[in-house]
Amino acid sequence: MLLIRYLNLNSHIPFLKIRLLTSLLVLIIMFGSLGASLTKGFNLGIDFKGGILIEIRNEPPLAIADLRVKLSGLGVGEVSLQTFDDDRDTLIRVQQPDSATTSAESVINVIKQNLPETTEYRRTEFVGPSVGRDLVQQGIMAVVLSIIVISIYIWFRFEWQFSVGAFAATLHDIIATLGFIALMQLEFNLATIAAILTIVGYSINDTVVIYDRIRMNLRRYKARSTEELCNQSLNETLTRTILTSFTTLLALIALFYFGGAAIHQFIAVMIFGIIIGTFSSLYVATPLLLVMRLRATDVALPENPLENKPS
Amino acid sequence: MARASTFSYWLTLILVLLACVAALPNVLSKNARDSLPSWLPNQTINLGLDLQGGSYLLLEVDMEHVENRLYQDVLTNLRLAFVKARVQPENVSRKENIFTITLPSETSWPDISRAVQNETIYNGSFRTQSALNNVIFELDPALILSARQVAINKSIEIIRLRVDETGTREPLIQQQGANRILLQLPGIDNPERLKELIGTTAQMNFHLVNDSIDEPLTPTTRVPPNTIVLPLRSAMGLGAPQYIAVFRQAMVNGETLVDAQATFQDGRPVVSFRFNTVGATRFGRATQENVNKLFAIVLDNEVISAPRINEPILGGSGIITGQFTVQEANDLALLLRSGALPAPLDVVEERSIGPGLGADSVEAGKIASIIAFAIIIVFMVASYGVIGILAAIALIVNVIIMFALLSSLQATLTLPGIAGIVLTLGMAVDANILIFERIREEVAIGGRQLFVVLSEAYSKSLGTIMDANITTLLAALILFMFGTGPVKGFAVTLGLGVLTSMFCAFMVTRLLMLLWVGRDKSKLSILGNT
Repeated sequence: MLLIRYLNLNSHIPFLKIRLLTSLLVLIIMFGSLGASLTKGFNLGIDFKGGILIEIRNEPPLAIADLRVKLSGLGVGEVSLQTFDDDRDTLIRVQQPDSATTSAESVINVIKQNLPETTEYRRTEFVGPSVGRDLVQQGIMAVVLSIIVISIYIWFRFEWQFSVGAFAATLHDIIATLGFIALMQLEFNLATIAAILTIVGYSINDTVVIYDRIRMNLRRYKARSTEELCNQSLNETLTRTILTSFTTLLALIALFYFGGAAIHQFIAVMIFGIIIGTFSSLYVATPLLLVMRLRATDVALPENPLENKPS
Repeated sequence: MARASTFSYWLTLILVLLACVAALPNVLSKNARDSLPSWLPNQTINLGLDLQGGSYLLLEVDMEHVENRLYQDVLTNLRLAFVKARVQPENVSRKENIFTITLPSETSWPDISRAVQNETIYNGSFRTQSALNNVIFELDPALILSARQVAINKSIEIIRLRVDETGTREPLIQQQGANRILLQLPGIDNPERLKELIGTTAQMNFHLVNDSIDEPLTPTTRVPPNTIVLPLRSAMGLGAPQYIAVFRQAMVNGETLVDAQATFQDGRPVVSFRFNTVGATRFGRATQENVNKLFAIVLDNEVISAPRINEPILGGSGIITGQFTVQEANDLALLLRSGALPAPLDVVEERSIGPGLGADSVEAGKIASIIAFAIIIVFMVASYGVIGILAAIALIVNVIIMFALLSSLQATLTLPGIAGIVLTLGMAVDANILIFERIREEVAIGGRQLFVVLSEAYSKSLGTIMDANITTLLAALILFMFGTGPVKGFAVTLGLGVLTSMFCAFMVTRLLMLLWVGRDKSKLSILGNT
């Protein structure tokens, strides 16, 4: 009756047997993501592009088409409108040309003058072009730094083959997530960077658990082939992987539906990331160990005749 | 860690109790909080602007202006130095921090260098360019850096004075980077007035009006070199812009103002001001020499009013009238009191969240977290039975400890931060699951004493859990370094969450398990075959 009984799998699924197939899948995902990023491009939020964002709420809802015409005719720059929540909430985005001489201040005032008196201003955001550029730089640095730091840490704690695997898996996750964001045209802002970094952390989490088990098995069963031991390790950790991913996913789905519009897209990215992170631990991080011909001797502990126990 | 000592169990218990006490203020009403005895913590979690409502402003100091001021002062000093050395330079020019002085042909540098260097008060080095009979003065770059820093410090001071007067609760004013200032104003979701107050340099000067020019004035009218044309501030921006010609050289400088107050004269709002002794003397002499003439009160190159000097003003105080509203008079008085900004400030980033959105986000965050929490607990109990309940208790303790840390560190909770808490719950569950799986395996090996089983399981899982959590911690650290505002809040809760979940998985769950299993190893059979 306890779930754990059903999950007391003692499974023997030959995960790595289909690794040629899954590697193909990985390549498709990679190229697809790169393709989507380059062709569809990213829906950059004002955090990176600079510009003005005003979120308003009107009861009764405004006639959006009319508003769009009116605001576009003000000559303040490119204006785009987006509504949600049955048109009650409207997102007004203004893209100021870089050489604009009018201050953001005056643009906001002009727009406010053209909105009804009863409008509730939920939030107003303005990012100047120089700050936007700075944030792009910082965002990229943060992602690059995280991959490097984590790879170094894994190198430190495990052998180099593991570090390469971890590096590749992390890179895979980031590219796939970027592709997802480009494909769905989700708004790319600072919160998205946070989601990407979290996914990196979570995926590594997953990968490390599996690596730890593989290393332990390699040391214990010196005679068996690496492929066999990898399969065994994956099976042994399967219960944990299913339970953890499932729990985290359920929690995130709750946040997705009940957390409100403000973190909606942030959570969407994270949900995708959890799934892709689990996949990469199985089919990117592990097969690479085989590609690099990891042997039991690579992970063997220094000889100590008194030491009998593994790990 | 073969076996956690009894000491560590007691320590865990004490820490958990402390955490409960520290987290307690969050569930009490304000009155209850205020009536707590002083030795008990009474701080609640600091809500971020996206949950409280408020404004975040990033200001950039116009450093070019600061540098130019410095160069101007250096130039003046250099000229003076040469004059004192009885030399009239043929030409002085500047490129960045390098000043090139062309000496007259009969002068040689070695003769005058000592005299000039004595009079030069700015750090720098002199060298010659003999072919052109030039002397090069290179200003020490450290002076430029320190001038910038002084400008920022002074700006922060002045901003603080101006913001304090508006009664904003706990504003945060901080330097960010080399030339930016960060402002966080909780509760102010419409910072228009504040932006105006901060955006005004508030440089006030008194100039004599040049009334010898007959023709109607426009910005392009030709005027003698000692005069400039300035716009007149008209009430409420009505009517065509008017201009006044004033002498370029200020009679009295606003730096000597010591006080300004908004008051009433003839029922109309006015601003009264007072000079210090130096200013008073100067003002007195200027008014004495110019009775019956008009003088202009200029604020940031705009003439506020141009009254006639009816009699010498020796007392060092006066009144500025100018068709002000009460608010405008108050603002002007405030600006004068706080002093002039050393350089213009530019708003380069602004985020204002209204209280409506803030409250909605808090609600949504609360509901979502509770649901997520409930799902996790149900799942754990369904999977692991009674042991799952233990894990659930540990999870609750985890949240309490997180709240305690957030409250006492006064770290900021943002909406992504709430997502971070939920995420760490997921990861805390992971740690527990890893341990339970290990326990299962150890139990399956069979035939050993209970404490051996448990201690083996815990020590084997330590390495894995540490590696897994430290990498998440690294990601959180990087996010913290590079993030701002809400993202920073996320990094904080994620990082803290990782630490608390490690603590709970290792100490709290173990304590609970020990208490429950007691000596009865068979209870572990829930986890698998014994």
